[in-house]
Amino acid sequence: MSAAQAPRAAAPDPAPLPGRPNRLRPFWLAALAAALAALCALSVAIGTREVALADMIAALTGQVDTIGQAAVAARIPRTLLALLAGAALGLAGAVMQGVTRNPLADPGILGVNMGASLAVVVGVAWFHVTSAQAYIWTAILGAGCAATFVYAIGSLGRGGATPLKLALAGAATSVAFSSMVIAVVLPRSDIAGGIRSWQIGGVGGASFERLSPVLPFLLAGFAISLLSARKLNALALGDELAAGLGERVAAARAVAALGAILLCGATTAICGPIGFVGLVVPHLCRLLTGVDHRWLLPFSALGGAGLLLAADIAGRIVARPAELDVGIVTAFVGAPFFIWIVRRQRVREL
Amino acid sequence: MTLPAPALDALIGNRRRRLSRRRLVIALLLSIVAALFALTLVLGQSYTSPGDVIRVLLGEDVPGAGFTVGQLRLPRAVLSVLAGLSFGLGGAAFQIMLRNPLASPDIIGISSGASAAAVFAIVVLSLDGPAVSVFAVAAGLGVALLVYALSSRNGVAGTRLILVGIGVSAMLESFILYVLSGAPAWTLQEALRWLTGSVNGAQLDQMLPLLVALAGFGGLLLSRTRDLEALRLGEDTAAALGVRIARTRIVVIVAAVGMIAFATAMAGPIAFVAFLSGPIAARLPGSNGSLLVPAALTGAILVLAGDYCGQFLLPSRYPVGVVTGALGAPYLIFLIVRINRSGGSP
Repeated sequence: MSAAQAPRAAAPDPAPLPGRPNRLRPFWLAALAAALAALCALSVAIGTREVALADMIAALTGQVDTIGQAAVAARIPRTLLALLAGAALGLAGAVMQGVTRNPLADPGILGVNMGASLAVVVGVAWFHVTSAQAYIWTAILGAGCAATFVYAIGSLGRGGATPLKLALAGAATSVAFSSMVIAVVLPRSDIAGGIRSWQIGGVGGASFERLSPVLPFLLAGFAISLLSARKLNALALGDELAAGLGERVAAARAVAALGAILLCGATTAICGPIGFVGLVVPHLCRLLTGVDHRWLLPFSALGGAGLLLAADIAGRIVARPAELDVGIVTAFVGAPFFIWIVRRQRVREL
Repeated sequence: MTLPAPALDALIGNRRRRLSRRRLVIALLLSIVAALFALTLVLGQSYTSPGDVIRVLLGEDVPGAGFTVGQLRLPRAVLSVLAGLSFGLGGAAFQIMLRNPLASPDIIGISSGASAAAVFAIVVLSLDGPAVSVFAVAAGLGVALLVYALSSRNGVAGTRLILVGIGVSAMLESFILYVLSGAPAWTLQEALRWLTGSVNGAQLDQMLPLLVALAGFGGLLLSRTRDLEALRLGEDTAAALGVRIARTRIVVIVAAVGMIAFATAMAGPIAFVAFLSGPIAARLPGSNGSLLVPAALTGAILVLAGDYCGQFLLPSRYPVGVVTGALGAPYLIFLIVRINRSGGSP
């Protein structure tokens, strides 16, 4: 639940853009929050094991006497992780789309998540990274390097970072990174078992102990991202106009990107790479809120939390009694959406 | 239009010189392929004298060398050459057709499609041999046509095709991972090895379908050389030159995908070979005219050399795909930087 509240608490004063009053926004926000609450309830209720209502309530109050209660108790941190990761990815996607002014920007497509994965794999294989803190720092470092790298390559030459150039640079970099991950892991059969979790993202096996070290990073990321909403609005006008309005363009970009990288890196460090949440959610939210980032960012965070949680629940239902990792579900939902965006518009810049 | 005689002579002379230089480049590439092939046969963990190798190739029973050369090294070398030729030729055809060196089958989802089907056939249906090839080919073609269909709207724009391909590829990759996640742990290492591309455990009698596919589809592609060259000038120009664009596109897609899918079914999607061959061949001095043949030979060289490095020159044994992947990554970056600088891509 904290993911649902954090972005809302940190959101700056909501004021509709002049000339585009949108009285429905608070209503949508409330609807989204209600949907999120319902999804949380479902997530705790649904799983491989059917649990009676009484046991569920008992588990929520902290009892773990029967197997059913224990199962429900294990679903609580998982739900929380899905909420946090989803919110982080949705928000990071919205920020990235704002920073690059590119409708196809997404931490998965731009290779940022894969960069974090590669960094962690290299750290584990060669530098004996074992502590949770070190994991997170390594992942964030990797995410930052990958993001800078892809953006730098994609924006060379005429026209700056066009959707095609960024997407190609990201896809190519992802392919390169994933073959490097395999190159690092193949001769090391001792860590090959863990490789899978660095290829597909999942929220299974979450626990409060694993969650807590990443919280400060996520909170910092949320704060930086949400506070840069006004700057992103200025950037949306174009670099020249933003500079003319007194915005320091490069600094604004860097700060907002830092927020997104913190979110992606921290999320990848605990969940592995989860793609497409950051792509789908901001586009859907833009339909509800318009382009004002002060609304779009909190909406995207809530929407991302909802989408990831729904994907996780779907993964538990579809493959019963086994589970489908959430990263697979989001790819199957998100990739058609990506194609739809590509087909729908002439992929113009935001 | 008639030119004065001296100018015409100069023009013809130029053309001859270019053609002969092209022949020289192709001959050079061929001899490198032959040299690497011979090296693979002669020198492995142990040295076999060239005389023994030739006697094994002629079918004689040579004690000691018969198994190493005949059963281990020869199939490996043959598969390397065939797969390399297929990847190089197919990849270059795509790059020329879409006029973007980044639009290689590795990146727009065709390799992923073939891999997904092959992994599915191996892990879930427990098939092997030719059946896997059939699956891979069908899926590769299906994915290519799907990408083509999804990106056609008022004609197929190259840009849209590439982006749709990236999306489809992402979906297929996660499908592959899903299938692998259900695989028993002891096959996982093997599956990973296959997914990077490897010519381990090749057998000569399985090589026939690949050879037939290469000959058939390759011939089809090479017969379209002129149309492809015209497409390089842009669609409007090509249409004005009398190229039937939609038909050429379909033929090229079917031929290139068929070849690549067969090679993928046998050797796995050897990383970046399809992507690298064309641009490397284009940078060779004096390689003007069609890129198809030099690119195919470059592909064979990449796979042969990559496999040799992976087996003997590195501290631990790597499958060929890891070597080409590691080689490919920096070159890819260099290429993207170059293309974006010159503003060549759309």
